[in-house]
Amino acid sequence: MHKLESKNVNVYYGASQALKDINITIDNNTVTALIGPSGCGKSTYLRLFNRMNDLIDNIKIDGEVLIDGKNIYEKGANVDSLRKNTGMVFQKPNPFPKSIFENVAYGLKVNGISDNKIIEERVETSIKQVALWDEVKDKLKKSAFELSGGQQQRLCIARALAIQPSIILMDEPTSALDPISTSKVEELIYELKSKYTIVIVTHNMQQAARVSDHTAFFYLGELVEYNATKELFTNPKVERTQNYITGRFG
Amino acid sequence: MNHIEHEMQLLKAEILEMSQLVSQQMKDSMLSLAKMDKQLANETLATEKQVNAMELKIDRTCESIFALHNPVAQDLRLLLAQLRINYNLEKIGDIAASVAKFVKKSFLFDYSPLIENTHALQMFEEANDLLIDVMTSFEKEDAELAKNILKRDKVLNQQNKLARQYIIDQIKRDPENVEEYLKTLSLIRKLERAGDQSKAIAKEIIFFVEAKILKHSPKTTF
Repeated sequence: MHKLESKNVNVYYGASQALKDINITIDNNTVTALIGPSGCGKSTYLRLFNRMNDLIDNIKIDGEVLIDGKNIYEKGANVDSLRKNTGMVFQKPNPFPKSIFENVAYGLKVNGISDNKIIEERVETSIKQVALWDEVKDKLKKSAFELSGGQQQRLCIARALAIQPSIILMDEPTSALDPISTSKVEELIYELKSKYTIVIVTHNMQQAARVSDHTAFFYLGELVEYNATKELFTNPKVERTQNYITGRFG
Repeated sequence: MNHIEHEMQLLKAEILEMSQLVSQQMKDSMLSLAKMDKQLANETLATEKQVNAMELKIDRTCESIFALHNPVAQDLRLLLAQLRINYNLEKIGDIAASVAKFVKKSFLFDYSPLIENTHALQMFEEANDLLIDVMTSFEKEDAELAKNILKRDKVLNQQNKLARQYIIDQIKRDPENVEEYLKTLSLIRKLERAGDQSKAIAKEIIFFVEAKILKHSPKTTF
């Protein structure tokens, strides 16, 4: 069974079709990159997996989106449980106006965990997982805003990990970061895939090439090509993919 | 160790594995020549297929690292060097295989005195020693060791010249067997070229460690 799957998925924003008949399967413990020009539907596709698109007016979704074989759009699906299972990291670091510790502990408290020992353990583990512990262990009570942009983004990833999801969705997680911070987040993605299934939207094709096992190229709502990253970046099967990744698009 | 470093380490291990295979091929080929042993010659040719498969695999790994990791600076030099070292190793393997073919095709003529008087086996041994030492310098990323290889290649060149003169004299003395003498001369030249390949590898090591380009500079001084 695949970890994630979409079957004949069509998404409409009112009369405009954002995704056209998308079929993708994603295996457990892999990194999948979604690439394509702005407006191609890659972020819309990413947000299907935690039903973030539900918040948009006039949206209509056809087809099936499955996680661990279950259609997350069927009637009676538990959205809270789904979102607990799918951590999300956004383009710009968005820590809460709280302390470093509280940022990571927040998701646990919201999910009903009140045992301070468990919370402390999970916070420490999560911050260590993102290789931030040594940098923040002596200032956990300080505001998260005192951290650099790169540190804030890794804190946001720690916040996502604390609720122990099995899937991490990342929407251009390094586009607001400098090269050093970008490199740290990319290394983190590489390490995290042993425990999580990661889907990342990126405009940076080299990033897709560096971090992912599979890459999906979207254009005008269509899935043009989906293949092993190594294959897609060395021998793309579709001319449009070749034109895009070599910068000859248009 | 970050992702690209990890990939480069794996690639380096593959190249070292290939060099061991090629060195074994050289030893087998030399023995087959020493004893004119056709069975050993067949084994050398079987190893050749493995070497060719490894060359293709390493080529593909290099291609992937170029495409996926966008290497720069020393990473880029190391990758370019490894791609070319892969090519040089395969060429040395080709030379070992062609000696094995020479042994397989030898029937009536007794090559033993020619092999002995041209010091072909000593050349073979020297060529393999150069290969082993240049790959040690690759493993240790030691440019000084690589520079020594460049100097040692002169020994093979000198032996080649002496062997050539000896064969010319033999042809004059015994023109009826000119074909056999020319075949032996060709074999000697190949051994000399095996040394050239190790020299080319040494230049690649100096290129990636010190960023010095020594290609097309035959009289290199340090």
